[in-house]
Amino acid sequence: MSALLACHECDLLTQLPPLPPRGAAYCPRCGSVLVRSKPNSIERSLALTLASLILFAVAISFPFLAMKTGGFEQQSNLVTGVWLLYAQDMTGMATVVFLTCLLFPLLQISTLLYILLPIYLKYRVPHAMQTFRFAIKLQPWCMMEVFMLGILVSLVKLAKLAEIVPGMSLWAFALLIITSAAQVTVLNPHEVWEALEVPNDSD
Amino acid sequence: MTPIEMTAKGAGMISCNSCHMLCRPQPLKNNQKPFCPRCGAALHSRKKNSLSRCWALVIASSILMIPAQILPITITSALGHTQADTIVSGVIYFMHTGMWPIALVIFVASVFVPFSKLLILTLLMLSVQLRWRWRPRDRTLIYRVTEIVGRWSMVDVYVVTILVALVKLGAVATIDAGPGAAYFAGVVILTMFAAEKFDPRLIWDAMEDVNE
Repeated sequence: MSALLACHECDLLTQLPPLPPRGAAYCPRCGSVLVRSKPNSIERSLALTLASLILFAVAISFPFLAMKTGGFEQQSNLVTGVWLLYAQDMTGMATVVFLTCLLFPLLQISTLLYILLPIYLKYRVPHAMQTFRFAIKLQPWCMMEVFMLGILVSLVKLAKLAEIVPGMSLWAFALLIITSAAQVTVLNPHEVWEALEVPNDSD
Repeated sequence: MTPIEMTAKGAGMISCNSCHMLCRPQPLKNNQKPFCPRCGAALHSRKKNSLSRCWALVIASSILMIPAQILPITITSALGHTQADTIVSGVIYFMHTGMWPIALVIFVASVFVPFSKLLILTLLMLSVQLRWRWRPRDRTLIYRVTEIVGRWSMVDVYVVTILVALVKLGAVATIDAGPGAAYFAGVVILTMFAAEKFDPRLIWDAMEDVNE
């Protein structure tokens, strides 16, 4: 592998030295990170992605929030909440919430599993490159952590109207945000690209 | 780390936008487009039509910003009393009721960030087109921050949808989404695309021209 690399932000060519563990190389001209060495990147991201998958399953199957007013209690979960928006003719907003908080995160988790598990097991799967490119493109559109902030704001706003009981799913969702943020931090895309590349050379 | 005073473009090479591999594009037959030998993505030395796409999206979101800020985003009805709230009147309401942290979150996410994002992208594009050589490092940094922060503006859209979904269930009051909410969601999505289309390497190209 050539250690020559162009900066993603300013296009300057830089000769990379071998990095110490957990070290990072910065572009001498614009200061952005060129590469960051991340030990056990594949194994750790795989573990965190698996954890995210389990938490995701919990988050969509249990009640999210319950509202208590007088003797009246109403539970809602993530999927029925989106469904309710559709039922109220808020198709556009329902679609935005459905895509950014349910479909995209699920796609992100499953595509990463599809990439990382075979790399870990040294097994080759078709369309791995396209899938990983898709997963990277998808990342900014998974907005679970923004949704969580929205929940906190709504809880404060509703606190006067009714008693809000957080459900099991809310905690799973909070943990899911932590595991997916950790997964993004731990994953070194360069390592994945290199791992995916090797079999191509023998073609 | 040894800096080489040359860009990939200057050396006739292209850094793949997707996997960052440095490629030397092969001469191709007519109509064939170069692609990355490692990940298969189409190779572009700079993002394709970066400035025109970014301008189009910035102008479109500036137009959407007007109804997004003027029209109500929530319509609350409680005991026969109906109240329509815009983003700004919502912030003022929170300030009056003493919920400063919430007022601050909504103000930053729904007013400050989208407006500064449009302003920053406009200035960055002007700086590229007028070939400014002023503090390229800071301009790159401000672009990176703008790109990362933008998605948090979505928080107000989520608050509206959560309120609508939850409060419809209770019998105390109902909250409906106003037309402003959909326009605002449009602003956030379009500005996210706009920031993605801008290519920070264009900032540095102006520096190259003078060096030559």
